[in-house]
Amino acid sequence: MNLTLKVWRQNNAQAKGQFETHQVVASEHMSFLEMLDVLNETLISEKKSPVVFAHDCREGICGTCNLVINGRAHGPQKGTTVCQLHMRAFKDGDTIVVEPWRAAAFPVIKDLMVDRSSLDKIIQAGGYISVNTGQAQDANDIPIGKDVASQAFDAATCIGCGACVAACPNGSAMLFTSAKVAHLGLLPQGEVEAEARVQSMVNQMDEEGFGMCSNTGACEAECPKEISISNIAMLNRQYMASVLGSKTGV
Amino acid sequence: MKLDAKEPAGELDEKWTKYRSTMNLVAPNNKRRIDIIVVGTGLAGAAAAATLGELGYNVKAFTFHDSPRRAHSIAAQGGINAAKNYQNDGDSVYRLFYDTIKGGDYRSRESNVHRLAEVSRNIIDQCVAQGVPFAREYGGLLANRSFGGVQVSRTFYARGQTGQQLLLGAYQSLSRQIALGNVEMYNRHEMLDLVKIDGKARGIIARNLLTGKLEKFAAHCVVLATGGYGNVFYLSTNAMTSNVTASWRAVRKGALMANPCYTQIHPTCIPVSGDYQSKLTLMSESLRNDGRVWVPKKVEDAKAIQQGKKTGLDIPEADRDYYLERRYPAFGNLVPRDVASRAAKVACDEGKGVAPTGLAVFLDFASAFERYGKSKALSAGINNPDKATITKLGKEVIEEKYGNLFQMYEKISGENPYEYPMKIYPAVHYTMGGLWVDYNLETNVPGLFALGEANFSDHGANRLGASALMQGLADGYFVIPYTIGQFLSQEIRTEKIETSAPEFEVALKETKAQLQKLIDIKGNQSVESFHKRLGKIMWDYCGMARNAEGLKKGRQMIRELRAEFWKDVFVPGTADEFNTELEKAGRVADFMELGETMILDALDRNESCGGHFREEYTENGEAKRNDEDYTYVAAWEWDDNEPIVHKEALTFKNVELKTRSYK
Ligand SMILES: Cc1cc2nc3c(=O)[nH]c(=O)nc-3n(C[C@H](O)[C@H](O)[C@H](O)COP(=O)(O)OP(=O)(O)OC[C@H]3O[C@@H](n4cnc5c(N)ncnc54)[C@H](O)[C@@H]3O)c2cc1C
Ligand code: SF4
Ligand code: FES
Repeated sequence: MNLTLKVWRQNNAQAKGQFETHQVVASEHMSFLEMLDVLNETLISEKKSPVVFAHDCREGICGTCNLVINGRAHGPQKGTTVCQLHMRAFKDGDTIVVEPWRAAAFPVIKDLMVDRSSLDKIIQAGGYISVNTGQAQDANDIPIGKDVASQAFDAATCIGCGACVAACPNGSAMLFTSAKVAHLGLLPQGEVEAEARVQSMVNQMDEEGFGMCSNTGACEAECPKEISISNIAMLNRQYMASVLGSKTGV
Repeated sequence: MKLDAKEPAGELDEKWTKYRSTMNLVAPNNKRRIDIIVVGTGLAGAAAAATLGELGYNVKAFTFHDSPRRAHSIAAQGGINAAKNYQNDGDSVYRLFYDTIKGGDYRSRESNVHRLAEVSRNIIDQCVAQGVPFAREYGGLLANRSFGGVQVSRTFYARGQTGQQLLLGAYQSLSRQIALGNVEMYNRHEMLDLVKIDGKARGIIARNLLTGKLEKFAAHCVVLATGGYGNVFYLSTNAMTSNVTASWRAVRKGALMANPCYTQIHPTCIPVSGDYQSKLTLMSESLRNDGRVWVPKKVEDAKAIQQGKKTGLDIPEADRDYYLERRYPAFGNLVPRDVASRAAKVACDEGKGVAPTGLAVFLDFASAFERYGKSKALSAGINNPDKATITKLGKEVIEEKYGNLFQMYEKISGENPYEYPMKIYPAVHYTMGGLWVDYNLETNVPGLFALGEANFSDHGANRLGASALMQGLADGYFVIPYTIGQFLSQEIRTEKIETSAPEFEVALKETKAQLQKLIDIKGNQSVESFHKRLGKIMWDYCGMARNAEGLKKGRQMIRELRAEFWKDVFVPGTADEFNTELEKAGRVADFMELGETMILDALDRNESCGGHFREEYTENGEAKRNDEDYTYVAAWEWDDNEPIVHKEALTFKNVELKTRSYK
């Protein structure tokens, strides 16, 4: 298939970026990223600099890949990361626009690659259970109902890609943050610190420059792991409880 | 060089406990003065960095990824073993030890493997306490499944995402230590050299990938947890950026590479579909519980399928060769990974492959649909169901069990595996070889330690399913925090190591010169094209089956490729900027030297064992070990012209060496 690609090129965070147009011949069996590999091999053979894009596992699990394709984070296919997207989803003759995540908290590094260390900072603020190695009791000492475990698991499958932020008109990281708050807060091991956790993670989120959540639901729609927006409701409940119950108040 | 494994004295099952309780300790006030560098933050590295931070050491952790959460460990699917015996099915530390030794075809060290089995139980406790959402039964207790041809259910799992959940657990613990200031985290920093002072590992040179700047980091010791080197084959199930550079630069500084030829080739991966292909995807081993592997009996039929004139459905039962069931009636489709992989290769070499490339076999669920369909119809009270109803019900059962895998298969191949039999082919998956380490996980370079897939320690010539996650976490959480004290307790009087030492400047200059050299070649071929060619040589001559003649030819070809690379590679841009092509170029250069060493190791080992199959050493078509002459670890010292092998003899006091038979 013959395709026209309009690819975002930008040298660094300060530089002004622009679209560059390329023609690519692809096969429908290729993944989207393999199609970009083909483009890059051509660019290199012409002694030009290849398009920089982030990727690693190419299996939809590491959360590294991040492209906005024709205006949609991770492209047109529901529940699919861009590395799992195949060219079958496109037609011969299509024009495809490829851009990086665009959000205040994700500055562009180069071309299609952005800096998502702000997400790490949110986890560092409290996205863990405070247990040192060697302090644990036997794994079966605390039974956890299958339903609760399964609900916690659903939240825990977040891959930290940031598509929710890119999709959100406010650039909010609520879905990401709530997924971790819910995962840990649902489990008896994580419940103990739940109030402190939700407060510091939410504060950190604000500090990193993510926007406010106004319940547009765009995050859930574009999340490749289909993380449920109900996690945000859970976060809000925990947050309110922590604020009302807190001795210092707000 | 004499290789001293430093195994503690005493009975096998007491070695670790006794050693641990009598080893030298570093007092808390001294820990605060000691710096440790941990390179790699996958399962092994993140676990180690977090735990060492908790203990009070000053830790600097490095990853070339943009975050510790992205390491290749995240992709592990199936599960993690532990000798918990929660199922009361006769599991024990000894049984896990024994299965691992036997599975490794008697080419690993007894004392290390026993320790692994012992600490496996603590890992599960630790992970549950961190909030890892393992699968559970209705009663709320942990669930297990069986895996990899062993007879007990000892595998803990988190759906098909066990690696992800374990890594996130370790990442979260690491994040906590970062927040507490005990670990300084350096993302997007790639270690490019090891710095030694007076023979001891005292620091690294790392490149800040965003700026291209080379930076010096000093510490009292260095821990490498930088993963495996399966990508030397170009195509593998490993993540795209997994590479050997950290280990290899250590080898160039005198560390030894042990058993590099032991490669695990996984039988059930989605086949290669074209030249553009960048990586291969694993289909979990669990599918072989219900799928039957076959190829057409007649080459004409295979040809027709390859050309798209027929599909698997057009081949009548009588014309199908269920070759695993035929060759291995006792284990059938459930033979171990190495055996299943080689049998698929034999079938395709005979011209019976079923993909356009000729390199694929069928994994067929039709009889599972029927079997499950019938029993489901029965339990639903449907009398005399017709064939269509049975198949429909059967497909539902299979969907419940493997829905996500079937979906992934369809996304990648574009073919519906409920309608047409799946096509699979073996692919490189894991490397048992790695840096040589003693019982303390210390390499032959004092103060340099290696953990996880980067070392060679526990899996011998073949790794059992669900044992890599166990080993990485054992090393990181429960072994290195103790054994590192053996070295560090001798260092409490050592002043802070400073990067102003001349050794750092020398290493920095050398690294800079090498990067500049790559840029200056300004040749005509891309880095990727060299990597692809290297991969093909490795796969053709040092892949699933090897022979002396091919290995010699392969070595020659690699040497020529290396020479061509250093003359004609093209790396765009400069060394002082963010430059992904330059990163890749350095990694491919190292892969070429490693590849040559792998070939030499395969040539040296005149026997077939585990993942290493030499066509000359077989009996009735099956692998034939030679215990008399080859019960040793081969540890290679790099030399540009003629690498040298050092040997550590393996002694087995607690198990009897037997032939693995699956007939
Ligand atoms: C598809 C797949 C499925 C698997 N499934 C299972 C399973 O079900 N069960 C099981 O037990 N095992 C499984 N394995 C194997 C297992 O996942 C790996 O062996 C294991 O995760 C390796 O962990 P590690 O910590 O040693 O290395 P990795 O996770 O590879 O981490 C390496 C780290 O080192 C860093 N690094 C490397 N080089 C440098 C450098 N030069 N400078 C700075 N940083 C560097 C990387 O950034 C990364 O942080 C699977 C493997 C694959 C490919
Ligand atoms: S919530 Fe979904 S979109 Fe957001 S980071 Fe997690 S996986 Fe990505
Ligand atoms: S590259 Fe890992 S999720 Fe896409």
